[in-house]
Amino acid sequence: MQAGKKNKPIHYRYFLNMGPQHPSTHGVLRVVIGMYGEYVLSIEPIIGYGHRMHEKMGESRPWQAFLPNTARMDYACALPHQHAYVRAIERMTGVAVPERAEYLRVITTELNRVVSHLLWLGAFLLDLGAFTPILYTFDDREHILDILENVTGSRLTHCYFRAGGVVQDVDDSFEPAVRACIKRMRSRFEMYDKLVTKNIIFIKRTKDIGIIDRDMAVRYGVTGPVLRGSGIAHDIRKAEPYSVYPELDFDVPTGQNGDCYDRYLVRVEEMRQSLRIIEQALERMPGGDVRTKTPKKLNLPPGDVTSTTEGARGDVTYYVAGDGTETPYRLKVRSPCFSNLSLLEELCEDMLLADLIATMGSLDLVIPEVDR
Amino acid sequence: MMTLLQQLPPECIRIVIAAAVVIGFVFANATVMGYLERKLAGRFQRRLGPMEVGFHGLLQMPVDGLKLIGKQLTEPNNVGGIVFYLSPLIAMTPVALPFLVIPFSPHLQVIDLDVGLLFIIAMISFNTIAVFLGGWSSNNNYSMLGAMRSVAQNISYEIPILLSVLSIVLITNSFSLKTIVLEQSRFWFVLVQPVAFLIFFIAGIAETNRAPFDLPEAESELTAGFHTEYSGIAFSMFMIAEYTYIFINCALATVLFFGGWHGIPLPFGEYSSCIWFLMKTYLLMFVIVWCRWTFPRVRFDQLMNFSWKYLIPFSMVNLLLTAIVVKL
Repeated sequence: MQAGKKNKPIHYRYFLNMGPQHPSTHGVLRVVIGMYGEYVLSIEPIIGYGHRMHEKMGESRPWQAFLPNTARMDYACALPHQHAYVRAIERMTGVAVPERAEYLRVITTELNRVVSHLLWLGAFLLDLGAFTPILYTFDDREHILDILENVTGSRLTHCYFRAGGVVQDVDDSFEPAVRACIKRMRSRFEMYDKLVTKNIIFIKRTKDIGIIDRDMAVRYGVTGPVLRGSGIAHDIRKAEPYSVYPELDFDVPTGQNGDCYDRYLVRVEEMRQSLRIIEQALERMPGGDVRTKTPKKLNLPPGDVTSTTEGARGDVTYYVAGDGTETPYRLKVRSPCFSNLSLLEELCEDMLLADLIATMGSLDLVIPEVDR
Repeated sequence: MMTLLQQLPPECIRIVIAAAVVIGFVFANATVMGYLERKLAGRFQRRLGPMEVGFHGLLQMPVDGLKLIGKQLTEPNNVGGIVFYLSPLIAMTPVALPFLVIPFSPHLQVIDLDVGLLFIIAMISFNTIAVFLGGWSSNNNYSMLGAMRSVAQNISYEIPILLSVLSIVLITNSFSLKTIVLEQSRFWFVLVQPVAFLIFFIAGIAETNRAPFDLPEAESELTAGFHTEYSGIAFSMFMIAEYTYIFINCALATVLFFGGWHGIPLPFGEYSSCIWFLMKTYLLMFVIVWCRWTFPRVRFDQLMNFSWKYLIPFSMVNLLLTAIVVKL
């Protein structure tokens, strides 16, 4: 299989322009592939088609006005981004957060993580040529999105967190709905196991494909399930615990080989762990306020703060520098997909085109998050 | 009008009528198959499928066909000229020919060729040329990749098809489809040749470029593969050809392994046993649709390995065993 690069003369190379409109680039990513027959000789991801200057927007308006923007970077999993941003603001201004609000944040974020992983699962299998699972996962996704819509007011671009808590408390229907949803999801995982995990074609397409070893993962600053698939148990929720995560019991699943199959297993296990977290959080959630009263105009003191949360794709880091006004002096977002995308060039050399698609799918790229 | 008909030799009239019936059937089959596929895909995917046009979307496919006819034929820059327009025709033209030798019922067969089996398999192979020419002349890397895949795939899957079919020929001593069906009046050959049937069926799916072996058009890799640049009626010609080849493959499987028209006698006259034939054929087509909406796509080298390492050796062993048993 691995014929080696020297057997494929570079002057026979032709270019395949994949994207910006291609079913498997999941957005406006363009990948220019130098090919030799079916083999990939060189690969160059070209980004920037979805660039919206989010960071500059953050630097040119009061910090409250940037909250909706945070939800529009990673549209598949918006809340970790928002969590990182409000945490940065809270740490700068010293606003306290009620405990109930922290629990609500954790529950909604974990629900959002399950939503994101379900979307990935369907899209990944679609990349591998299985049409049906995406409709099953979207079916499950709808149930969770309905809950999130009731709570946050929107289905994808949730703008739910505020500095000092969350925007509103949940109603009485929230807890039964979440519990029913957890029960339903558990039974669905068994079905996915039967449909996907043990499918011989799926195993053949993903096992030992796109192997990211530990060294490579660390070199490129890969985070999230991709890193954990390579066997490094790095999870911000455990490594630098924030919110109420230290009080909750959950495992960090890791893979062994770092291939596409491991990344698949890690994500599926993460969904199970998220359900565990939600159950515990529902048990422990206290009553009380969900938002601390903050003054209408809250200036950011001089100085800077970094805040990191665990998104569905990896570490989401927000750097905010203040200069005594309401508008951040500098705002920088570190999005996980950018780093995860950057290793594509080294990873996919000498691969078959079909494996490139599978590998790209297994990285779970959200292009608007790369471009910001 | 009547005088004109009387002056023409009856052979001529029969040919015209038969041609009209066959072409009508080709289009009807593509319509039914397209509708069934979309409806079944809906069922498998927990949705309804087409519902809007006509009762339960029954008119969706004819309307889609009209839409495709009305669409502009776009031609990309620097395409291979006449070949680009010729290849949909090459795909479409030979699909009617296999119907000549398929025995739908004891008397519903246009002509009982002595080499009917070989004739059908030869006609099925035409599709490769059309797909290759279409992909090659499109001046598009995706199309070219699809075309190359199609050639490699079809050549390597024709061998197991022929080898598995040969074991049936060894039993019946005939290439004539009618004789093969008549030989199955007591039992179906699927009972004595299950391995041959499995190989034939799998290779048939690959031969007709259906999922999980739909590599020439793998949409997540090659956008639309060999027909990326085709639009309107040219595209629909490829689709009609594909659906017809699926039908022919399943009809051949019915003839060879499931006893053709044999079944419980039906009270609707001389030609009624073709109902059994069509039922068996469409049941097999249902299985093909079922596979498509369930499995992920295999990779190209895995596909070739599967044929050369498993299907061909197994079908050879099967053929050898059959030969020994038959000649004992």
